[in-house]
Amino acid sequence: MTDVPNVALDPRESATNFSWRRFGSTWRTAGILIPFLVLFVGLALSNSNFLTHQNLVINVLYLQTPVLIIAAAGTLVLIAGGLDLSVAATFVLAQDVAAQVALHSNPYWAVVLALLTGAAVGVANGVVVAYLRINALIATLAMSFVVSGIAEVTTNNTFYSLFSKSSLGKFATTDFLGAQSAIWITLLVVVLLGVALWATTFGRYVFAAGGNAEAARLAGVRVSQIRITTYVLSGMAAGLAGVISLAQTLTTTPYSNESSLAFTVLAGIVVGGTSIIGGEGSVTRTVIGVLFIALIQNGFNLLQFNSFLIPLVTGVILIIAVALDVWLRQRRR
Amino acid sequence: MVGDIDVVNVSMRFGGVPALTDVSVHIRQGEVHALVGENGAGKSTLGKIISGVYSPDAGEILIGDRSQSFRSPRDAMRQGIVTIAQELAIVPYLSVAENVFLGAEPRRAGFVRRGLMRERYEALSERVGFHLPASQMAGSLATADQQKLEILRALSRDASTIIMDEPSAALSMHEVDALHDVIRSLAAHGTTVILISHFLSEVLELSDSVSVLRDGRIVRTTTAQNETENSLIESMLGRSLGQAFPKKRFAHDDAAVVLEVQDLYAPGVRGVSFSIRRGEILGVAGLVGSGRSELARAIYGSAPVTSGRVTLEGVDATRHRPHQSLRNGMTMVPESRKDEGLFMRRPISENVSVANLPLVSRWGVVSATSERRKVARALEEVRVKMGSVRTPVGSLSGGNQQKVLLARTALCSPHLLIADEPTRGVDVGSKRTIYDVLTEQAAAGLAIMVISSELEEVLGIAHRIMVMRDGRFVAELLGEAMTQESVLQAAFAESPTAP
Repeated sequence: MTDVPNVALDPRESATNFSWRRFGSTWRTAGILIPFLVLFVGLALSNSNFLTHQNLVINVLYLQTPVLIIAAAGTLVLIAGGLDLSVAATFVLAQDVAAQVALHSNPYWAVVLALLTGAAVGVANGVVVAYLRINALIATLAMSFVVSGIAEVTTNNTFYSLFSKSSLGKFATTDFLGAQSAIWITLLVVVLLGVALWATTFGRYVFAAGGNAEAARLAGVRVSQIRITTYVLSGMAAGLAGVISLAQTLTTTPYSNESSLAFTVLAGIVVGGTSIIGGEGSVTRTVIGVLFIALIQNGFNLLQFNSFLIPLVTGVILIIAVALDVWLRQRRR
Repeated sequence: MVGDIDVVNVSMRFGGVPALTDVSVHIRQGEVHALVGENGAGKSTLGKIISGVYSPDAGEILIGDRSQSFRSPRDAMRQGIVTIAQELAIVPYLSVAENVFLGAEPRRAGFVRRGLMRERYEALSERVGFHLPASQMAGSLATADQQKLEILRALSRDASTIIMDEPSAALSMHEVDALHDVIRSLAAHGTTVILISHFLSEVLELSDSVSVLRDGRIVRTTTAQNETENSLIESMLGRSLGQAFPKKRFAHDDAAVVLEVQDLYAPGVRGVSFSIRRGEILGVAGLVGSGRSELARAIYGSAPVTSGRVTLEGVDATRHRPHQSLRNGMTMVPESRKDEGLFMRRPISENVSVANLPLVSRWGVVSATSERRKVARALEEVRVKMGSVRTPVGSLSGGNQQKVLLARTALCSPHLLIADEPTRGVDVGSKRTIYDVLTEQAAAGLAIMVISSELEEVLGIAHRIMVMRDGRFVAELLGEAMTQESVLQAAFAESPTAP
């Protein structure tokens, strides 16, 4: 998935002169790729355990699959000019629904119902944002209370354990060509969303809706429909992530343990270089952004640094990423 | 600091592209000095160097023979140079007086001394000679009054030089007159005014001196009295423009009616009926706020319709939403290309194809090849010159951006085009191209409705003119009757019987 250069490249610009605009363009196109590669190479050189199958596939990729799925869909929401803070609550509710279903019937139905749960939350988010015209931040924040509330009421604040009926576990843990099914499912979802954004008319409309909503409307784009669709995709992604996480651990998690998930996801998207105000971004960059943050955490573990420092370092990197984005935007005027 | 301003051998490059080359200008204290030139000629850049927004790569600015090196607009402000930009910087929910003294409020122990502020405001407006109600909310003022407010603010900080970048672009006709009075009184009181403007009649009327820029160089600086619009245009273009408008090619009287509007009511529109035929260019004139854009939006479907009927090609099209209008062959180039038209950071190609993506897609997947080919053809039709269709549209000049919007409509193979201010903020050369394109499209059978605040433009390209006032059509002008006087009379008259 290539990215369109986002910066004016004046053909008259001479190749020999250093140009901030060109530098900006390179940075944005490459996104977080360069820091990611530096970190990757650095970790590979400093610790012999880094480049192992166990570390990269299990410790990093496998554990990041729920975040990657939600962030990939969240990228579309952000580009279309929205924001979805309800994903953590949706994740938990879908997990509870899936656990109940898995306990009493076929595990396939657990997956289907988790997706439907997510879709329902997505429709609710989309309608509230697009038709009631409530600010996305407030609407989805409120929705996260509503949804986590529903989860708590329906489960009576108990946790489910699926150890007695572990067949759902195969959904995430089946080994195929050296990687678990969770990783393959994530790859599929990420590729599908990436292609939808990059190559389809729907993707174009997503960019248009977020870049300039009024212009999009006048150009015949049904902005509300597009935005609702992105929320539905985001909700379904949260549902799928929930059921994958359930299959990985065979227990549900309480909302209080997952409440930071929405921010972890947002951090990955923004570090990747997708614009928080919409109109720009890509799924590829989000994947790199999420993995970049995951590598920082992995590095702390491998090098046995004080892991309490992880949030601090992540936060500082987030600020740097966004500041760089704002700075480059201003340079381009 | 007071004194003449000398710009000496100033050069400035942006990322390797020269924006100004060896520019020298002498601006006398208390004169109105106009900077004119096509878009991209460097006049705004020069203004920004004088006001400290940019630091030049070479050369210097002297004020009263003393060299200045401004590092920021703040530095320049300290030397009495203030810019009134196109985008006004007012705080809408503060009063006029509070806005004027924003950041410099008279205070004691951290509290604003409102009484004293009021007194100073009254003294200031007395001195300057124009009055705004001190306690009115700034956001509720008309654009022209907001400009006055900014001027008052500048003068309250002892500005000796005011740079105005396209001050009349957003104003209606009578507001422009008021602005001109303000500029004259500023000059009369010894304030230097540097006027950057596209409107050559305004430049000639107001300025003492004119500097013409072309491709980042000063062509000449002369006394305004010795210039005419044509002489300025020739220097700006480096050639004579020839005729400003293409020859009209009138539609046949028996050409089929494309659009029929019957007794249309909508917010700002009060009972409008008319029709447009194939190949016809209908000009819609009137003051800003007379309901022209509102009419366009109601027809196109981007604003609600209260009652009445819109018929396109014999089929009812009332209350269609924009995507339905487009599907039925009705297109619109909106009034503001920045707010309602373009996706500035996206490539040119996407900006052209967005309104008709199915044309270049199969099964919902956009075909890059087909898109590139069809977009290139549409751009050729409207004569856009650019490097690559992957370039963000925001990097194009205003004229080319406007042509990109025309290319977008061309890609929809429309029957009707509504063009709202199609040449606003467009340089002289591009204007002629846009007129050529519209005339050609009409000759090929397109029905066109052109809304414009520039009288010459309406008179120059329209086959027929409807004048709007107060949400209604008040006059229909044809042939010989299409004159500046008759349009203005209809646009301004209080009632149809008044002169």
